[in-house]
Amino acid sequence: MDIAATLARILDAHRDRPGALLPVLHEVQNAVGFIPPETVPAIATALNLSRAEVHGVISYYHHFRQEPTGRHVVRVCCAEACQAVGGEVLAEHARTRLAGSDVTLEPVYCLGLCACGPAVQVDETQLHAAMTPAKFDALVARLEAER
Amino acid sequence: MRTTVYVPGDAAALALGADAVADAIAATAAARGIELRLVRNGSRGMVWLEPLVEVVTAQGRIAYGPVTVDVVDSLFAANFPSGGEHPLRLGPTESIPWLARQTRLVTRRLGVVDPRSLADYIARGGGEGLRRARAMAPAAIVQAVTDSGLRGRGGAAFPAGIKWRTVLEAAATQKYVVCNADEGDSGTYSDRMLMEGDPFCLLEGMAIAGRAVGADRGYIYVRSEYPHAIAALQAALAAAGDFLGDGFGKFHVEVRKGAGSYVCGEETALLESLEGRRGIVRSKPPLPAVEGLFGRPTLIHNVITLASVPDILAQGAAAYREHGSGRSHGTLPFQLAGNIRHGGLVEVPFGLTLRELIYDFGGGSRSGRPLRAVQVGGPLGAYLPEAQFDTPLDYEAFAAIGAGLGHGGIVAFDDKVDMAKQARYAMKFCAIESCGKCTPCRIGSTRGVEVIDRIRAGDRAQIELLEDLCETMVQGSACAMGSMTPIPVLSALHHFPEDFA
Ligand SMILES: Cc1cc2nc3c(=O)[nH]c(=O)nc-3n(C[C@H](O)[C@H](O)[C@H](O)COP(=O)(O)O)c2cc1C
Ligand code: SF4
Ligand code: FES
Repeated sequence: MDIAATLARILDAHRDRPGALLPVLHEVQNAVGFIPPETVPAIATALNLSRAEVHGVISYYHHFRQEPTGRHVVRVCCAEACQAVGGEVLAEHARTRLAGSDVTLEPVYCLGLCACGPAVQVDETQLHAAMTPAKFDALVARLEAER
Repeated sequence: MRTTVYVPGDAAALALGADAVADAIAATAAARGIELRLVRNGSRGMVWLEPLVEVVTAQGRIAYGPVTVDVVDSLFAANFPSGGEHPLRLGPTESIPWLARQTRLVTRRLGVVDPRSLADYIARGGGEGLRRARAMAPAAIVQAVTDSGLRGRGGAAFPAGIKWRTVLEAAATQKYVVCNADEGDSGTYSDRMLMEGDPFCLLEGMAIAGRAVGADRGYIYVRSEYPHAIAALQAALAAAGDFLGDGFGKFHVEVRKGAGSYVCGEETALLESLEGRRGIVRSKPPLPAVEGLFGRPTLIHNVITLASVPDILAQGAAAYREHGSGRSHGTLPFQLAGNIRHGGLVEVPFGLTLRELIYDFGGGSRSGRPLRAVQVGGPLGAYLPEAQFDTPLDYEAFAAIGAGLGHGGIVAFDDKVDMAKQARYAMKFCAIESCGKCTPCRIGSTRGVEVIDRIRAGDRAQIELLEDLCETMVQGSACAMGSMTPIPVLSALHHFPEDFA
């Protein structure tokens, strides 16, 4: 992908929008998968911010990544309602299972699926409820098989 | 005539396989030569019955659930498009006792309406509040909200009318209405369900608020963990056309996506984030109502607060105020979560006891073991022991026991819970999510984790230190993240001391 061209397109669309930084960062991450450090100067210039400000925002928010992920991102809910139904055991299992895998594991603090936990989100939009270690292994096997 | 079948598109239903069920129903119908109209509605809130499939019959909507792909064939064999008998048949949806016993005001259309259809929204009574508001002077709308007794549903329970009046009276050429859809509390999902299941209701509430306070722009700040809610709102906005106009001009609404920060649910941190900065809490004053988004007077409310407004205007302030108990007027959509058999959304007037909610509605634990602790009001809420289960669910009664209702999240734990571990998690969560502005919150929470670790390792002398540390956090924190984290910690310690031995 031509990151510079993508970035130029995104910046053009948002330049005059008030408070454009978060929408811009979301679009960059959606397009590239993360926010490459080399995009920071252009974002700063276009939005009339300092590089430090842009970098500060990227590093402040848990959602924004500065490095590429594996082929899929699996988020396991670690918050209270999921803890109450075995979320910690699942999270521990996920850490072990995904060590060395090209599926990236991230913690997430509530997905709003608290009546049917433990909850898992794959690549932001695919949701799974009442997750067990066995179901998790089957899910990961499917993801890893998708070459 | 084609039969209409509803298969929820709500995120919880999706997580339980609703898309595959919808596909299987469509495919099976096609194979059998049956013409169906498939509507992806929101959830009725009975999460343990999801995917809950409904079919429209002459006797009204008939429910089946929880439906899985492998039973779809047998549903057709049982002639479910005509409401046929089947082991999963639950009867008329509205007669399911769990639903029938609720008082659904803000969620009256949830799971009923087609969330993508403005026409269906209007056909089911939507738009009436805004229609009335257009014929009222701004001050009269503010008065109606004041008279209803509505208080903020985001957690702080501040009287809405007072905020509205402040923004109305602020002189400025530009004002804003901001909807707080950050819903970061574990155990809560009513905002999500409403945005996914009845998005026009929220938009209508915002338009009424805009007309009342003199704002022609609104923002909805939705947490990034809710992509389906964002999509539902955007679809509704695209379909809204002139619906949001106040009769004088257009009311513009923009959906903004958060970025995984719990503190950005705090209203001033949220405004910082909307402006494109780190979500650091602002010092108050000035209040957002006076100097909010981009320095302009801003009315900021939770999703449920704003979505309650259309009904208040349509049915009248007095009708809303009649519900509830004491100074807690109206209803709250409680959310049953965690280790609970019948989890889901229960909208009832204030005043029911916690016990009624978790046993009569919730059916006790999901595991079948005794319930030992219930956390009410999110990560900053108290852990209540069985001895406090008879507390009535109203703001004052909860304040009296040092707890709060927050956004109405109820998280149940069975007797396997380790309360020292839960206290540790509360501190840990504060350490992860602290915005960093105040030392007692930023450093104190990390120290808190260490102190609890030492207590759990057997050093009981550290308990006094934990109490002192909590006191420092309460005194020296600029927002509830730091000042209320001690509530789950100390309630766990005081009500379940045996776990800290
Ligand atoms: C750490 C923290 C997180 C909060 N998170 C939320 C939230 O996710 N949603 C919300 O509506 N209010 C949240 N609040 C409360 C808001 O600051 C504010 O009171 C609310 O948006 C006002 O709307 P209301 O009057 O409708 O309740 C939070 C407060 C704090 C201190
Ligand atoms: S209490 Fe914590 S989250 Fe709140 S302003 Fe202070 S440091 Fe930030
Ligand atoms: S706590 Fe896990 S989804 Fe809400």
